[in-house]
Amino acid sequence: MTIRVQNERFDPWQELAAYQETHAVDWGGRYGATAVFVGSLRDFNQGQAVTGMALEHYPGMTEGYLEKISTEARARWELLDTLVIHRYGPLSLGDPIVLAAVWSAHRDAAFAACRYLIDELKTRAPFWKQETTPGGLRWVEEESREP
Amino acid sequence: MSRKNIIIVRYFASLRERMGRNEDQLEVAGLSCVADVWSRVSNEAFPVNTLVAINQEYATPRSPVQAGDEVAFFPPVTGG
Repeated sequence: MTIRVQNERFDPWQELAAYQETHAVDWGGRYGATAVFVGSLRDFNQGQAVTGMALEHYPGMTEGYLEKISTEARARWELLDTLVIHRYGPLSLGDPIVLAAVWSAHRDAAFAACRYLIDELKTRAPFWKQETTPGGLRWVEEESREP
Repeated sequence: MSRKNIIIVRYFASLRERMGRNEDQLEVAGLSCVADVWSRVSNEAFPVNTLVAINQEYATPRSPVQAGDEVAFFPPVTGG
């Protein structure tokens, strides 16, 4: 189980290949299913053009909740491993923002746990998006379920 | 002021901008719950849709606070 919160740009596909390369030996021959979600910065939101973004977060609490959510997923489904990487700081269009990956023996657990990781991250991990638009900077204010 | 007698209050994102500062340090005397902390730092009513954490765990306006706690106020989260 690995979580990383970082300022640096990352390539999710290289991260996945490297992670699997390093950890496959721990999983034995049992990793029959890998489910992956990658979220990237798109060029529109709520009807407005977006040209860039800055992500603020709460250092410490962010890592704590990503670990908590990963641990919950591992308690709910039979998983071999999970990997979550999330950016903060300034981002460019097309940049990957988040990677959530799950390895398990079977696809049902992999799909469900991957969905859980990203859904829970979106409602509980303390990140805030500030978009750059032609009209200036704008905090994204989505509805958030009470944790 | 000794750290053990204070509560650190932190603000994030749009709420940090609205408050005009990153944090406050409050004498704990007279503060028993999160709502008390908010009343000490702002003249406004507790803003709707604002989340609160104590020592980096989600809490509510009624949650008790004590000396040494770190209390944070912030808008709904928008990561992922």
